[in-house]
Amino acid sequence: MAAPMSSVGKPSAERSPFNTTSFQKKTRSKLISIPGTRPSVQNGQLLVSTGVTSLDYLLGGGLAVGTVILIEEDRYDSYSRMILKYFLAEGVVCRHELFVAAAQDNPDDILQELPAPILDDVAIHKPVEQPRLSCEAHNSLDAMKIAWRYQNLPKVQSALASSSRFGHYYDVSKTMEPEIRQAAKCHRFYPTEHPTQSSPTHSSMPESYSALLKSLQEVILREGFDVAAPMSNSRNILRIGLHSLGSALWGDDLCCHDNPRHGHALTTFLYGLRALLRSSLSVAVVTVPSHLIQDRALMGSITRLCDNAIALESFKGSERETNPLYKDYHAEPLPSRPPLPSPVPTPEALEQENPKLGNRFPPNTSLSFCLYSPPRSSPVAPNA
Amino acid sequence: MYTELNSILNTNPDSFTQGEFVLLSDRKSDASFLIHHFLSLYLRARCKVWFLGLVQSFNHYSAISQRLGVSLAQAKEKGQLVFLEGLNESLSVLIPQETDTRSQAMGFLRDPAVGLKSLYEFVRSSVTSSGGGEAGADGAEEWGPPVLLVDDLSVLLSLGVSVGAVLDFSHYCRATVCSQLQGNVVMLVRCDGEEEEEDDGDDEGSERLLKGLTHQCSLTLHVQGLPTGFCRDIHGQVEVCWRRRQGDGQYTQKKLFQYKVHDKGVSFFAPGTSSAVL
Repeated sequence: MAAPMSSVGKPSAERSPFNTTSFQKKTRSKLISIPGTRPSVQNGQLLVSTGVTSLDYLLGGGLAVGTVILIEEDRYDSYSRMILKYFLAEGVVCRHELFVAAAQDNPDDILQELPAPILDDVAIHKPVEQPRLSCEAHNSLDAMKIAWRYQNLPKVQSALASSSRFGHYYDVSKTMEPEIRQAAKCHRFYPTEHPTQSSPTHSSMPESYSALLKSLQEVILREGFDVAAPMSNSRNILRIGLHSLGSALWGDDLCCHDNPRHGHALTTFLYGLRALLRSSLSVAVVTVPSHLIQDRALMGSITRLCDNAIALESFKGSERETNPLYKDYHAEPLPSRPPLPSPVPTPEALEQENPKLGNRFPPNTSLSFCLYSPPRSSPVAPNA
Repeated sequence: MYTELNSILNTNPDSFTQGEFVLLSDRKSDASFLIHHFLSLYLRARCKVWFLGLVQSFNHYSAISQRLGVSLAQAKEKGQLVFLEGLNESLSVLIPQETDTRSQAMGFLRDPAVGLKSLYEFVRSSVTSSGGGEAGADGAEEWGPPVLLVDDLSVLLSLGVSVGAVLDFSHYCRATVCSQLQGNVVMLVRCDGEEEEEDDGDDEGSERLLKGLTHQCSLTLHVQGLPTGFCRDIHGQVEVCWRRRQGDGQYTQKKLFQYKVHDKGVSFFAPGTSSAVL
């Protein structure tokens, strides 16, 4: 067995502290790779994770960059809010930029409630130490006697899972550490903070929607998410979370009246949002309190203007909560429209007639969507 | 361009009926694959095509047309394709800058009550200015009859335009392109509700638009899901209806087909003859 060399005066400066080998994978440099994204196997579109891996599966691998997913809120806005937080937390972990807009709560409150990511053991770079004298290396307790070749490698520490993974797991019972959260760049939009400028031209949208659209466009152009922007080596994704659009707090009377005055304000906003998304590297999650909207045709238009749509029906407070068959399920996500994967459409296995999807919570720590048939009312006879 | 659909409709790039108004419609389904068929068909037939792409970006149509063997970027460069990218134009209307003073085709976004006059003006001015099929001067390429494609009309209803305004728009387009210039018009309408609506008519606007357009057109293709539900090998059914106007009267001929969407095309077959079954 070779003894460690006594003169370790010169540290291996030419070798990168990370790699043990000099092998580097040859990548086709044509496709820019953005952390936290991967190309779809079906049509080569760039996908990002929604934060809930089972929802990614339902969407065909993830959310395509440049698209919107509409979440029709459940009655108490519990699970739709949770999906929104998962989406934002995934953005923090993947080091994407965030844009949060909410009218009911301050966006900062939403950002403080993000679920904590489940940590991975990953080697992180330790700061390069001064080269020690050989005698110190001998005498120091840290000196390895057997595996001395690994002396200079970084120690393994618990850290954030590497951003090259797609989809992470979260612990809902804990909130994200402030240090992790503050590492991500967040843009906020809170309607009461924005002074309403009197628009010179008559607009078909209430002030808050116009201001939100304008703010989104500004952020996209300023931070370089525009597809037309000059290609630099580092591109990033902007994750947009819009909470409870259409509710009265946005200045929209869609949920208040049967014949709203600005009946098409939300659809016009969604059209503008679609225009912004298609021309930038961003993804949006929009939640809408659809249970308050009476006009089914309008709801259909809203759904059609988004690329994906799911509706959540919570069992809380309904007769299903007390029904013992449903005791393991908390809510029911229904695809309110078959997802539209583009370019050439291939329908997913999620037509309306399919078995209902149950949302199962192992002991209150994580969110996942599982495909289950609805519980049978008559017990299946056991094998004799 | 889907070869099976061409044989069903008796069209091919070398010969197709002129002056036709084709209506594509769907109910709880997605008929946009038919728009791509007509787009590639007419581009291959060397017609001059005006495309109002109101719901998707140019790259989306371009990517799909690439799979069907037609390059939209090239056609646009040569002047064969005039593309109105609705999404792009809409931003300058919805987020007005002070310097924008030109009249915009998407101006109805600002005030839907005004109607689609500006959109029609855009179509009319560009269609008639190019001569609509006459030989261009100075060696410009001579294209075939003009074709107008609209994807889709229902989004106009979603944005607040009234049904009457959309019907007027389609009528004016038909008068200009089909009757005056002997070209073709293809429009897509999407419906949500069931066939039999309640009396108060939740989706009244969409249904009325569909009925009004069906009356005006000469060929309809109606896409629906299968009545029995989801099937992996058959993605839906298409009902083709010819409304021929003969001298002595009008007769309609209907045919039903089932279809499956593939990566690079769509196959059509008679009901029950899907390759998965035979």
